[in-house]
Amino acid sequence: MVQKLDYLKETPSQTAGPYVHIGLAPGAAGFDIYERELGRDIAGPNAKGERIRIEGLVIDGTGSPVKDVMLEAWQANAEGIYPHPEQAGETEEGFKGWGRVITDFDTGEWGFDTIKPGRAMGRNGHLMAPHISLWIVARGINVGLNTRLYFDDEAEANATDPVLNVIEWENRRATLIAKREMRDGAPVYRFDITLQGDNETVFFDI
Amino acid sequence: MSKPAEFFQRDREWHPPAFSQDYKTSVARSPQNALISLEQTVSEITGPRFGHGDVTEMDRDLLHNYAKPGECAIGERIIVHGRVLDENARPVPNTLVEIWQANAGGRYRHKKDAYLAPIDPNFGGCGRTITDENGYYYFRSVKPGAYPWRNWVNNWRPAHIHVSVFGTAFAQRLITQLYFEGDPLIAKCPIVNTIPDQAARGQLIAALDMNASVPLDSIAYKFDIVLRGRRSTLFENRMEGN
Repeated sequence: MVQKLDYLKETPSQTAGPYVHIGLAPGAAGFDIYERELGRDIAGPNAKGERIRIEGLVIDGTGSPVKDVMLEAWQANAEGIYPHPEQAGETEEGFKGWGRVITDFDTGEWGFDTIKPGRAMGRNGHLMAPHISLWIVARGINVGLNTRLYFDDEAEANATDPVLNVIEWENRRATLIAKREMRDGAPVYRFDITLQGDNETVFFDI
Repeated sequence: MSKPAEFFQRDREWHPPAFSQDYKTSVARSPQNALISLEQTVSEITGPRFGHGDVTEMDRDLLHNYAKPGECAIGERIIVHGRVLDENARPVPNTLVEIWQANAGGRYRHKKDAYLAPIDPNFGGCGRTITDENGYYYFRSVKPGAYPWRNWVNNWRPAHIHVSVFGTAFAQRLITQLYFEGDPLIAKCPIVNTIPDQAARGQLIAALDMNASVPLDSIAYKFDIVLRGRRSTLFENRMEGN
């Protein structure tokens, strides 16, 4: 006999199911209940940096848009600082760094407005390229999928990003890079996520 | 505050795999490539924080938070309570717990739910709260009904409450489902059975808790939630590299 390790086991994940909106975005489910729904404003009014919009689809293994997804975003401010007590540095008043969006029931399009994050310090003193962490849940997804969104106008930083560089298949790195375009004079980044098959997005075990 | 340190590796054999044949929707929504494992960075070991300003007291009372004044949702009155802990058995204080569920007849208040069981005009079906300094939380609600779903043609979900928890880091983010002790549908459910290990499935079954029940008012179930544990910084881990 050996001694027993007294760790608990993590509660197992289950799918968020088709009605995730009721709990996490009830307005979208068709009713108002909370004084304040959470996750609608990532950056707040005081955040410095470039205001951007991010849009995309989540596409399943048949090539169809998934129309019942919820995504959450987690990002640093324009100086690469996260609003968290274990991070040195302050973020602007009202900067949450976190947002929650759902896909349109008819088209599957999702989008959120935020600011472009700065470069956060990675491990071993290596700066990371600007990125937004994303977490994707939906019916049919048993454990939430983690990925990262990078920006195509940060090619130089992306080339040395320590996380992108652990992906040994260089052609797969492109699945994490959002494409910039201008719409009515404002920057919009397109980021489609493919769950399965050709051009499958890279997902991480974080 | 301790130095930033990593969370334990998630045990992917304890959680369900992405692809599970009998839960049909997973077939086209599961990645075929292996997940790429990351050494955690500040992006993973930090996460959003919520305060009491984000929720109200009423948000945890599903009997009344959508009811007309003086009225109440219909169904078996229950209390769901428990603690949020990490794998080191340490409480996770001040973390957001959100729930959603069907009404007593198994019908969701959602424009996409067309099940013929009726909507309860006094029941919304969602609640949220923040754990106290001991990681403790509680909700009041009605016990949800089972409902049919299009998987196999005669599949019925066991009574369940969806649960979403944040913890202190994006790496701890978790959504799961709570089931009720003794429900015979649990063993037949393809979603429950995506979890390979029987002990892991058991971890999702809330226990009837007579001690916490309120006599002549509500019956209680206890549901503890365990989030990923965090490694102690026994040796410098070079997270910041300086």
